Amino acid sequence: MTITPEEVRVTAELARLALSDEEVARMTRELGAILGAMERLAAVDVEGVAPMTHAVALDCPEREDVVGPQLGAERALAGAPRRSGQFFEVPRVIAHDKEG
Amino acid sequence: MPGETHFLSATEIAHAVGGRALSAVEVAQAHLARIAREDGALGCWLRVDEAGALAQAEAVDRAVARGDHLPLAGVPVGLKDLFVTEGLETTAGSRILAGWIPPYDGTAVARLRRAGAVILGKLNMDEFAMGSSNENSAYGPVHNPWDPTRVPGGSSGGSAAAVAAGLCALSLGTDTGGSIRQPASLCGVVGIKPTYGRVSRHGVIAFASSLDQVGPLGRTALDCALALEALAGHDPLDATSIDAPVPRYTDACREPVEGLRVGVPESFFCAAGLDAQVGALVRAAIGKLESLGARVVPIELPNAEHSLATYYLIAPAECSSNLARYDGVRYGLRVPSGDLGQMYKATRAAGFGPEVKRRIMLGTYALRTGYYDAYYLRAQKVRALIKRDFDRAFEACDVIATPTSPVAAWQLGERTIEGCGDPLAMYLADIYTISCNLAGLPGLSVPCGFVDGKLPVGLQLLGPPLGEANVLRVAAGYQRATDWHTRHPASTVGGAA
Repeated sequence: MTITPEEVRVTAELARLALSDEEVARMTRELGAILGAMERLAAVDVEGVAPMTHAVALDCPEREDVVGPQLGAERALAGAPRRSGQFFEVPRVIAHDKEG
Repeated sequence: MPGETHFLSATEIAHAVGGRALSAVEVAQAHLARIAREDGALGCWLRVDEAGALAQAEAVDRAVARGDHLPLAGVPVGLKDLFVTEGLETTAGSRILAGWIPPYDGTAVARLRRAGAVILGKLNMDEFAMGSSNENSAYGPVHNPWDPTRVPGGSSGGSAAAVAAGLCALSLGTDTGGSIRQPASLCGVVGIKPTYGRVSRHGVIAFASSLDQVGPLGRTALDCALALEALAGHDPLDATSIDAPVPRYTDACREPVEGLRVGVPESFFCAAGLDAQVGALVRAAIGKLESLGARVVPIELPNAEHSLATYYLIAPAECSSNLARYDGVRYGLRVPSGDLGQMYKATRAAGFGPEVKRRIMLGTYALRTGYYDAYYLRAQKVRALIKRDFDRAFEACDVIATPTSPVAAWQLGERTIEGCGDPLAMYLADIYTISCNLAGLPGLSVPCGFVDGKLPVGLQLLGPPLGEANVLRVAAGYQRATDWHTRHPASTVGGAA
């Protein structure tokens, strides 16, 4: 299976990565080579094998439903690139292109 | 010579500081001075916390004077920059976290401090632990102390090189596909990746959550055992943490190797990329174990050959999800650019390096609708087959012995995409270490000789789940019978090391 530049662009969109045209070309080449090497897995007989999601059997542990020690808002916000009061501040979510 | 503490073992330092023959402050000062002198040519440290280290050392000396027993009293430790440290910048080797000051210590760091260790600072690494040579760090490569024109391995390259060069007695690394064992091998030190879940990952920046595990690097297996006793154990803050008693690993190190069954997968020695000298040294090490009374048994791991392909689907898939959190909102870099979606994309484009972007893309692609079954789901099924092979093999043996890395340290630039054009060349450095992570097993690398008499080689020992004690026991027995670990690289500034 090879990967096309168009698939690279769609994948980059899903991964929230801005890629230049030059990066798209390079990524197409490199991901193609890596995925080519993964093709060998298609030949492995996995009939009836259950997928393994974790190395150890996990039973989701439950804890008491009580509030434990917390960071607090000030410390949690201390690394924020921008804040507004007790909130993380972000640019507008929807561009106002419908106003015009 | 007074003040020459830098090649003392952690066990010796803890004993001397605990017995007040040495003070934690003088040990810390000696190591800080040595870092200042030696690290310019090596690049192991991203930041040294001199004030914090000396304050901790003073607290240790006071505690010892009060009569407290601290198992790691005054032991100078370096942390891979993947461990979050309260008040001390933590970057994961990435530009996207430059300047980030975490508001808390992770569990492993807190446990080391509680045991009396003195944290000297943060160590260089491949960005987000993705790499096998430390060349993917946004802050420059680490140089191998045995030959500064060569790589130290990765991704815990700074952790291995700093221990090898006597800049700290112990370090912490993380191992997702070999990132403790492979640099330990290339730098001539011991490194152990415990069973998945044995050490808490709370406060460790995540790469691939079904594979990541924390472990110590030191110059002896006994030192690693001492550290692991402090690190291991259940932690309610990590849902994958195993709730099982922690054995006395240091006691296990003193037991003889005699009578243990050492499994050897012959196919590992027929791999195309295995350097002939590395293969011969590892075979000689297995012969040494036999001479110590171990019994060598042939085993088969037929699906191990699929490990690399399996890993490079599963790890990128998990990383694409874990690294979604770096979006310029809550911490780290933000590149202002139009609306929220544009800000995300611009921030991540500027903040991540090329290998991290490659893996995010690979993982996102493998998880996409239409590709999920063919790639990610199939890889998880092959992973189950790899695990099944190990379950069967451990019915016939107690530990498995293999090479850690197919080659000794290579030249800086030799395997990078920029250097050789092949995106797979670097990945092949991990062929022997990856299956252990996929199966969740404990694995260790111990020095077993030198290629051309100058570049270290490691013997890898693998155990069944929670089989750390036997793995450490074999490594410690091997080190009692050999002297590879007593050799040290020359000083980077001339003169004796």
